[in-house]
Amino acid sequence: MSTVTDHAHHEDDHHHHAPSGIKRWLFTTNHKDIGTLYLWFAFIMFLTGGAMAMVIRAELFQPGLQIVDPHFFNQMTTVHGLIMVFGAVMPAFTGLANWLVPMMIGAPDMALPRMNNWSFWILPFAFTILLASLFMEGGGPAFGWTFYAPLSTTYSGDTTALFVFSVHIMGISSIMGAINVIVTIFNMRAPGMTWMKMPLFVWTWLITAFLLIAVMPVLAGVVTMVLTDKFFGTSFFDAAGGGDPVMFQHIFWFFGHPEVYIMILPAFGIISAIVPTFSRKKLFGYASMVYATTSIALLSFIVWAHHMFTTGMPVAAELFFMLATMLISVPTGVKVFNWVATMWRGSLTFEVPMLFALAFIVLFTIGGLSGLMLAIVPVDFQYHDTYFVVAHFHYVLVTGAIFSIMAAVYYWLPKWTGKMFDITLAKWHFWCSLISVNVLFFPMHFIGLAGMPRRIPDYALQFADFNKWISIGGFAFGLSQLLFLWLLIKACRKEGEPVSDQVWEGAEGLEWEIPSPAPYHTFETPPVIK
Amino acid sequence: MAQQEYERYYVPDQSPWPIVGAVALFLIAFGAGNFVVESTSDKDGFGGWTLLAGLATLLVMLVGWFRNQIHESMSGMYSAQLGRSYRQGMAWFIFSEVMFFAAFFGALFYARVISVPWLAGEGNNAMTNEVLWNGFEAAWPLLVQPMDALAGGEASTKMMPWTGLPLINTALLLVSSVTLHYAHVGLEQGKRSKLIGLLGLTIVLGSIFVVLQGMEYVHAYRDLDLTLDSGVYGNTFFLLTGFHGMHVTLGTIILIVLFLRCLKGHFTPDNHFAFQAGSWYWHFVDVVWVLLFFFVYIL
Repeated sequence: MSTVTDHAHHEDDHHHHAPSGIKRWLFTTNHKDIGTLYLWFAFIMFLTGGAMAMVIRAELFQPGLQIVDPHFFNQMTTVHGLIMVFGAVMPAFTGLANWLVPMMIGAPDMALPRMNNWSFWILPFAFTILLASLFMEGGGPAFGWTFYAPLSTTYSGDTTALFVFSVHIMGISSIMGAINVIVTIFNMRAPGMTWMKMPLFVWTWLITAFLLIAVMPVLAGVVTMVLTDKFFGTSFFDAAGGGDPVMFQHIFWFFGHPEVYIMILPAFGIISAIVPTFSRKKLFGYASMVYATTSIALLSFIVWAHHMFTTGMPVAAELFFMLATMLISVPTGVKVFNWVATMWRGSLTFEVPMLFALAFIVLFTIGGLSGLMLAIVPVDFQYHDTYFVVAHFHYVLVTGAIFSIMAAVYYWLPKWTGKMFDITLAKWHFWCSLISVNVLFFPMHFIGLAGMPRRIPDYALQFADFNKWISIGGFAFGLSQLLFLWLLIKACRKEGEPVSDQVWEGAEGLEWEIPSPAPYHTFETPPVIK
Repeated sequence: MAQQEYERYYVPDQSPWPIVGAVALFLIAFGAGNFVVESTSDKDGFGGWTLLAGLATLLVMLVGWFRNQIHESMSGMYSAQLGRSYRQGMAWFIFSEVMFFAAFFGALFYARVISVPWLAGEGNNAMTNEVLWNGFEAAWPLLVQPMDALAGGEASTKMMPWTGLPLINTALLLVSSVTLHYAHVGLEQGKRSKLIGLLGLTIVLGSIFVVLQGMEYVHAYRDLDLTLDSGVYGNTFFLLTGFHGMHVTLGTIILIVLFLRCLKGHFTPDNHFAFQAGSWYWHFVDVVWVLLFFFVYIL
C-alpha cells in the first residue's frame, strides 16, 4: 500500500533500551509495552472467562441439576459474558492497536502516552472488583451480561453496585483508549500517509474508536439508571412510576449493537492485512473496504431493536429494524467478496496466520448468515432466547473476533519478538481449535431450532445427546488454548529461529520495514511515504 | 513544516501518575459500590472511607500530573503538534460527555413519548391500562404516577415551574459563556486585566448558579414534594439537572485553577491549551443547560 523511502535514522535514538524491573510495566509510556500489557491481560481474562464456560458446559453435560446450583450457574453465564466482551476481546484489540497503529502510520508512539498507561491499568482493577463480587455475600452479578431490568434492579443482590461501578471504570478506560487511537491517527501520520493510503487495520480501528466514544457513555448512563432504580427509588425501568423495563433494553442496545461492531471491525482490518500477504496480491477493492466499514458503523446506530423483537414494539418499528438490519449484510458481503477476490488467482500459501484468516472468513460468514435469519421478525419470534442465538453470536465472536485476534498474534508475533514461533505447535493449536470449536458451537444451531432455551442450567431429555457433544467440544476447545499459552510463553522467552525484517514473503507496510524485533522506539524521525 | 514539528515530538518519560490514577479509580469504584449499599441499608462497612481515600488519591494524582504537565509546557517541550493532540483529545472527550447526557435525554423522551402514553392505553395498549393501571391518565409532567392512580390517590408532587430560579440560572449561564469568551479574547490579545476580570466574573456567575441550583433542590424537596423517587418525572428531572450541576461544579473548579494560573502568568497568547480546554468545557456545559431548560423545564 505504501513504501518507505527514508527511514534510515530510526536507530539514532539515544535511549534504545527498555527500563527494567516492575517499574517498566507500571510507569511505562511506551506503546509497545502497553500493547503487550493489554494483550497479556486479555489472554488471562480469556482463560478466566473460559474457565467459567467450562463450568457451564460441565453443568450442561447431562440434563438435570448436576454440579452447581442454578444461582451460581447464572453468575457463571453473566460473568463469562462480561469478561469475554469487556476483558478479553476489547482489550486484545486495544493491545493490537497500541502495538500496530503507530508502527503502521509511521508515528513514534501514541499521541497521549501517559493517558495510554492509565487506560490500561484501570482494567485489572475493574476486573478485580467484578471478580471479587463473586465471592461476596449474595454472589456476583447473575442477571446475564445484558443486565436486563428488572433482573438487575428488583431481583438482584447488593453486589450490583460493585458491578455498576466496575462497568463505569471499564468505560472510562475504553473511552480514553479510543480517544488516544483517534487522535493518534488524525494527528500522528507520517508525511505522505494520506487517508486512502492507511492500512485497513488503521481504518477499521479509527471507526471502532469513534463507535467506542459514541456508545460507552450510553452504557455508563444506563448502568447509572440501574443503580438509582435499585438503590435510590427511581423508576426509570418500572411501570409503576411511569417508566418501562423495555426502555432499559432500548438504551442498553443502543450501546450494545455498536458494541458488537466494536468487537468485529478491527477483525476485518486484521483479515484485510493477512489475506493479501499470503495471496501475494494487493487487497482487492481497498476503497470499497473503507466505505463498507464506514457504512457498517453508521448502520449500527439504527438497528439496535432487532435484539428485542419479542418485547413489544409497534409493527412498523419491527419492520424498520428488520430491514435496516438486513441492509448491513450488503457492506459485510462486500468485505467477504473482496477477501475471496483477493485470493482469486493469488499465489496462496497456508502459514498459520492464513489458516486462522481462512477459518475466520468461512466461519464468520456462517455466523453472519445465522444473523440474517435472526433478523427476520417472524422467524426471530421462534429463535429468540434459544441456543440458536448462542450459536450465532459465538460464531461471530469466537470464530470471528477471537480467531482474528489469534491470526493477528501469529502474524505479528515474529515482528514483536524477532523470533519465529513454534510452527508445529501453532498448527496443532489451529487444527484442535478449528475442529473443537465447531463441535462446540455447530450443534447449538440444531438444539436452538428445536427449542432449547439459553441461560438455563437444565434441559429436556431430548437435547441430551447434542449437549454431551457440545460439552466435549467445549472442553477440547478450552484445552486447545493451553497449547496457545505454551506457545506464547515460549515466544516471550525468545525461543525460535530469528526472522527477517519482512518476516513473511508477501508482507507489505511500514511495520515490515523496521527491524525484527521492533526496536523499543520506532520512527523517532518520520518516514516519508510516497 | 510537518517534518520539523515531528522531530520535536515529545514522547514523555515514564510517569508514576497514571498508575496512581488507576489505584484512585479502583478505590473510588470499590468504595462507592460498598457505600451505596451501606447508606441504603443497615449494613456497616468502610465504603465511605474507601471512597474518600479514592477521591483524595485522585486529587493527589491530578495535582501531580498537571504540575508535571505545566512544567513541561513552560519549559518549552510544547509543540504545535502536541497542542493539536491535546485539543483533539479534549474535543473527543466532550463528545463522549454529549453521549452521556444523550442517554438521560433519551430516557426523558422515551418516558414522555412512549412509556407514559402507553401506560395510559395509547395505541394497542388499551388492556395494559384497563387491567394493570386502571384510572391512570397520561400527563407531563407526570404528577400522578401509575401506582398512585391505582390507589386512587391524588397528586402530592407539584411541577417545577420554569420561571423564577431556573430562568435566572439560564441567564447566569448564558452571560457566563459570553464573559468567558471575552476573557479568552483578552488572553489572545495579551490584555491581562481583561482576561483576569472577565474570568473572575465567570467564576462568580458559575458559583451563583450552583448555589441557586441547590436552593432550587431544597425548594423542590420541601415545598413541591418533587423528589428523586417521585416517578419518572422526578427521576429525569433530578438526574439530568444533577449531572449537569456536577458538571458546572467541576467546570467552576477548572475555571478557578485557570484563574490562579492566569495570575501566575502561565498562559501566552499562543500557548494556552488548558485555557482553551476549560473554555470549551464551560461552553459545552452551557449548551447542555439550554437543552435542559427547554426540554426539562419549559416543554
